[in-house]
Amino acid sequence: MSEETILSVDRLTMRFGGIVAVQDLSFAAERKKITALIGPNGAGKTTVFNCITGFYKPTGGAIRLSHDDGRQIALERLNDFRIAKLAKVARTFQNIRLFPGMTALENLMVAQHNALMRASGFTLLGLIGVPTYGEAEKRAIALATDWLRRIKLLDRADDAAGNLAYGDQRRLEIARAMCTEPALLCLDEPAAGLNARESAALSELLLSIRSDGTSILLIEHDMSVVMEISDHIVVMDHGVKIAQGTPQEVRDDAKVIAAYLGTDEEEAAAVMEGGT
Amino acid sequence: MDYFAQQLINGLVLGSIYGLIAIGYTMVYGIVGMINFAHGDIFMIGGFIALITFLILISVGLTAIPVILLVVLLVSMAITALYGWTIERIAYRPLRHSFRLAPMLSAIGMSFVLTNYSQVAQGARVKPIPPFIKGGYTLHESANGFVIQLSNIQIMVVLTTIVLLAIFTWLVSRTRLGRDMRACEQDQTMAALLGVDVDRTISMTFVIGAALAAVAGLMYLLYYGLVDFFMGFVAGIKAFTAAVLGGIGSLPGAMLGGLAIGLIETFWSAYFSVEYKDVAAFSILIVVLIFMPTGLLGRPEVEKV
Repeated sequence: MSEETILSVDRLTMRFGGIVAVQDLSFAAERKKITALIGPNGAGKTTVFNCITGFYKPTGGAIRLSHDDGRQIALERLNDFRIAKLAKVARTFQNIRLFPGMTALENLMVAQHNALMRASGFTLLGLIGVPTYGEAEKRAIALATDWLRRIKLLDRADDAAGNLAYGDQRRLEIARAMCTEPALLCLDEPAAGLNARESAALSELLLSIRSDGTSILLIEHDMSVVMEISDHIVVMDHGVKIAQGTPQEVRDDAKVIAAYLGTDEEEAAAVMEGGT
Repeated sequence: MDYFAQQLINGLVLGSIYGLIAIGYTMVYGIVGMINFAHGDIFMIGGFIALITFLILISVGLTAIPVILLVVLLVSMAITALYGWTIERIAYRPLRHSFRLAPMLSAIGMSFVLTNYSQVAQGARVKPIPPFIKGGYTLHESANGFVIQLSNIQIMVVLTTIVLLAIFTWLVSRTRLGRDMRACEQDQTMAALLGVDVDRTISMTFVIGAALAAVAGLMYLLYYGLVDFFMGFVAGIKAFTAAVLGGIGSLPGAMLGGLAIGLIETFWSAYFSVEYKDVAAFSILIVVLIFMPTGLLGRPEVEKV
């Protein structure tokens, strides 16, 4: 695995009973780049995400995450809160899963659990009010405020997350994932349900996250977003990888076009072009 | 009128004790969605530990009452919290992903275990203590000789409850632990993905609930001057009624429900019949469940399609 690789998926296989959702999938995501995972519905993209973030235990294969300091982590052996804590992988879901009853600011504060946990001496010191905890809390609020400013929700900081507009909730979810200070950010269809203006704002946000040094793995159906921001695209269909490369290479790939729209290449090409 | 005022005071004191227990029910329900039927017995355990600590402190010759009270409070909170933690660890956590009824049945079993364990270990007799905190104030004396009394112990119960509630509210709304608890309540999967150790947060919920129940146990011991192995059952069910009345899952609701049940029970005893006071309290449970299942402050559960 080269220095530039943050995530390497090696011969990943996931079976549910007799159904093979992912078959022998291998790909790599580069550090500080945006890698997109695309494919028709049911191709197995979300299954891959679930394997990476510890929801499923893969039937076979390995998922390695390598940190900046050279530490290698076998993601398929971690689960639950350890994914965020030890591996520093954050994810979002296709549907919005904010804590609707908590304020926007509180949502971002929960994501900083681990930083605060250390500072509070695992609750005990925090209860008796040692000053380091107060400082850590202030830093956490500052980071959360920064993110609220970036996603233009600073004036809604104290509103319940469930009362925000749909597009705002989407951005807040990404900000919340970023507040865990992840090395790898996995986004499952972040542009779903957004209008054209909101998707453009999303693209801009993701590019700024990349330039800040976080690697992104992205599942997305909105081709305008994928083609605009991806550095590398992996195309899946029926659980296997059918193509990979730069946006231009993938767009011209006959197999990709066939997978998306049957075999009518002309029509498929029109759709792919239309997305750019 | 004087009689009414006196009953109001008594009702509020009793309600404070119910409220402290009810918070434990409502917190656990909020975060793991189960009714911890052993919680009433945790309250009883808290009372016993307070009693035992009292006797130990007195037998070593300690006489300063404020010191005794403080030590008893801390010891009984700590040990009862340990009970709460242990019960969650051995009886509920292994069943976390089992079918919905399993932890509830386990809780009922745990309640029997605690009751019988106390009976065997401490005996079946009622354990009295001499009144520790004496004195009080006469607020008003009417022409026919009826006096409204406010005893020091009543003041202490209400003040302690208010202070604890303030600390507890601060904990839930302003601290990392409180945010984690609320996050786990709303979406455990997502909380875990953000790095929150859900199991640890649930343990802490049980610990806090048990500590509050221990305070209620101590108050009960001081107020009524006795504990027995069976007192957890009725008090626990009444606190549960209080939690349902206030809206299960709602923390201010639990306190409000506790006060309401305390007042209803006291006024019923005062104006109708003491023998039927439990009937009054539990009729409330039935009426609330039928006519407003979400309680006073509960949120209706909206299923999104």
